[in-house]
Amino acid sequence: MKKYTLNMLLVVFAIGLLFAAHFRMIDGYIQIVVMTIGINIMMSTSLNLVNGNMGEFTCGHAAFMCIGAYISSILSVYCFGTHFGEPLLPAASVVIVFPIIVLIGGVVAAVSSLLVSVPSFKTRDDYLAIISIAVNYMIISAIQNIDFIGGSRGFQGMKDTVWAMIDIFDGPWMLFWVINFTIFTVWVIRRFISSTYGKGVNAICQDEVAAEIMSVNTNKIKIVNFMLAAGLAGCAGGLYAHIVGYVNPQSFNILKSTEALVMVYLGGMGSLSGAIISAIIFTGLLEVLRSQAIIDVLVSPVTFVFPDWEPSAGVIKWVMIPLLLIIVMQFRSEGIMGNRELGDVFPKLKKFYRFK
Amino acid sequence: MGQTQIHTEPTPVLEVRDLTQRFGGLTAVKDFNVKLMPGELSGLIGPNGAGKTTVFNLVSGFYQPTEGQILVDGTPTAGLKPHKVTALGAARTFQNIRLWNDMTVLDNIRVAHHYQLGYGFFQAVIRSKRYQAREEQVTKEAEELLDVFDLKRHAEELPKNLPYGTQRKLEIARALSSHPKLLLLDEPAAGLNSADAKELIRLIRWIHETFDVTIWMIEHHMDVMMELCTQIKVIDFGETIAEGSAEHVRNHPAVMTAYLGDENI
Repeated sequence: MKKYTLNMLLVVFAIGLLFAAHFRMIDGYIQIVVMTIGINIMMSTSLNLVNGNMGEFTCGHAAFMCIGAYISSILSVYCFGTHFGEPLLPAASVVIVFPIIVLIGGVVAAVSSLLVSVPSFKTRDDYLAIISIAVNYMIISAIQNIDFIGGSRGFQGMKDTVWAMIDIFDGPWMLFWVINFTIFTVWVIRRFISSTYGKGVNAICQDEVAAEIMSVNTNKIKIVNFMLAAGLAGCAGGLYAHIVGYVNPQSFNILKSTEALVMVYLGGMGSLSGAIISAIIFTGLLEVLRSQAIIDVLVSPVTFVFPDWEPSAGVIKWVMIPLLLIIVMQFRSEGIMGNRELGDVFPKLKKFYRFK
Repeated sequence: MGQTQIHTEPTPVLEVRDLTQRFGGLTAVKDFNVKLMPGELSGLIGPNGAGKTTVFNLVSGFYQPTEGQILVDGTPTAGLKPHKVTALGAARTFQNIRLWNDMTVLDNIRVAHHYQLGYGFFQAVIRSKRYQAREEQVTKEAEELLDVFDLKRHAEELPKNLPYGTQRKLEIARALSSHPKLLLLDEPAAGLNSADAKELIRLIRWIHETFDVTIWMIEHHMDVMMELCTQIKVIDFGETIAEGSAEHVRNHPAVMTAYLGDENI
């Protein structure tokens, strides 16, 4: 029983959160923050598979989020919305169909990851980074030029699906799905990485030639790893689209990819718990630094000298967060956790959980 | 009569026919032939840059030969990727040790079982019965291997923290974990002092007897070669200049010229 303490706590926490949201104990803003944390956890843990565990440097992760978001949005509007004509499916089936729609978005994103994983057979490091940026631009530009899904104006109508769920039961549905998908993501990654099969990924990171000669099918493992990472990012995108109710290709540009990168490097390369912790810290910081009062206090030494300067929180936020990254890289270049897991840092914790 | 002869002759573990490898204008290996029968322990020597490692790279599938054929255990390796060649039964070590330094010693051995895992991504995620059985089996085999190599006390350590000689030993153990029929050792004694080299000779002989494996090695330490190998092949500038027993090779005039230079100059 003791082994499952942490898992139980997690379930209790999730149910508690859902109850609190349902009975309006936490307001819509907190719910949005929690959902953003969930989506960011999915993004950082999945990118960590490629940049941390496999040691490749890709910086176009938002492209896969974009594909997942668009595919699941289109499907969801076809099935339950009115934008493309009459809904294909009865509104009652939404609770079963919605996760399938999100997963299909993930599968299409996974297939699209071949655009990066096939070149990765021959190239790596800087060259692969350039390829991944190219793929990011390619996908955004392609979607911008498809008119029937709105092009650069963006695409909406996914809220119909969310309303359909709320019609069945008036509850915090999106929070429920985000919690489930986040746990699913961490669970899949954890199991993949801890199996001998998945450790082939680490072998490729540490010495690709040795991995190939010791019978690891490096190309196949690369494809599998890229597909898993992209697929989970696609699911994150699908959820994001349904939370916001509106997608625009430009919200998945290189800045979004960089956000994911920052989370991975902040947390520590190759550390799953590091990626989770940094996603929570990063999202938290983004929200905290929105407050003008806090920003005013932080920059008070500067405004004392230059009283004419009136910084706005929205701008200074993007000074503070990169600065934090510089400080972390300077004084703790391996990130918060290094390549260790929480259980390695606090061995006593190991008694309380069992993911395997 | 003819037929019975074919049946009684065992398949060579490695057969190389007229192997030629050109890199642009440079002929690194030329008309190389070798046939290793099961249970053999033979060597490949030559001065620096003679093409020894190129031969190994060709056999293990890193390069596709320009001309010629390579058969591992009777199967042609043309067009196969290195991991497939390893699965056919040819494992190797490297001149400079290439262990996975941030994985534990046990994991190093376990991951080397990759081609015989017998489960894929989905089974790993859902932790199927097959996954559990295979994982248990692989761990058991890895632990046994570490045990016979006297490395078990290092099982949870990282290879980079081990002494150099132990790393060599671990690399050979890792190569053996893929159950090879042919073990290619690329300068196993490089960087070892004479005491360690003696230990290595014992180790290689013991492996040869215990694991029922054919060993083909490159080595610069002549004493190691002379003591271990029944058959030695000498190459220089990609061409075979001598072959035969250790004694024969040692006194061969072409070998002396290759190593010590031509006395007429």
